[in-house]
Amino acid sequence: MTQYATELSRTRFRSARALAVLALGPLTMLAGVVWAFVQPWRVTLLHPHGQGFWWLLVEPPLLVAAVGLVFSLLAPTIVRDLEEAKAH
Amino acid sequence: MQPPAEHVHWLFATGFLLLGLLLLAEAIVGREVWRLRPWRAYLWPSLLFGLGVLMWPVMVFFTNSTVHMLAHSSWAEVMMLAGAAELGLISGKLRNELWRLAVPLSFAVSGAAFLIHEANPWLYSRSAFVHHVCGWTLLVGALFPLGAAFKPRSLVFNAGYALVVVAVAVALYSSRDVAPVFGHLSPSAGVAHR
Repeated sequence: MTQYATELSRTRFRSARALAVLALGPLTMLAGVVWAFVQPWRVTLLHPHGQGFWWLLVEPPLLVAAVGLVFSLLAPTIVRDLEEAKAH
Repeated sequence: MQPPAEHVHWLFATGFLLLGLLLLAEAIVGREVWRLRPWRAYLWPSLLFGLGVLMWPVMVFFTNSTVHMLAHSSWAEVMMLAGAAELGLISGKLRNELWRLAVPLSFAVSGAAFLIHEANPWLYSRSAFVHHVCGWTLLVGALFPLGAAFKPRSLVFNAGYALVVVAVAVALYSSRDVAPVFGHLSPSAGVAHR
């Protein structure tokens, strides 16, 4: 393998890692949204009448989506550090 | 005002899902890149420690039986121990790498506690099934953090460790207080709701 090919394959591998990190948040959010559509009764906010405090607060599909959102906020800095480490 | 048990499972599932994603990201980019920002290095050990702290109110308020209290308190202790050990290693206050064994220890103790405090068979109810699944997942899955303790750069061990945590989160999200599992629900479990 030439030096150019070695560098190219290394770059591709690192890009795949960056893409994987960037995809984790959106995929998690998507999982939460899909879950909400598949089991809408797990989202009590859609039918809030007569529900207690905890049933209105804890909505599992929305919690999954929220985790994905939180991770999406962290992912860009992780990828930036990955790319900077690659550059050095 | 006390939340139903299933809600507590879902809240902890949320914490474990975030923990799993952080671990997975660290496994993907590698420990060196992950620790380029000091605050990020402390992120998941702090979360693990915090989940251990939050397990204490569960122990205090959910007193179904003595074995439940013992299981919850042992979870609280080992999660705090694992989180604190990782925090100590990152900060440099702990230097012996054997402290990394605190995580597989916490997995093994948690798995055993899940299995011991679930008195009912697998298909008794959804809750019983989830507890058996979590127990065996953690017990067998302890091999991943155990491997990672000795081969900290291994993608397989680190990713496996993260995916075990995600699997436990998924199982906890599916937990219900009284619900059938694969069409099975023991009459003595109660009446299924929603």
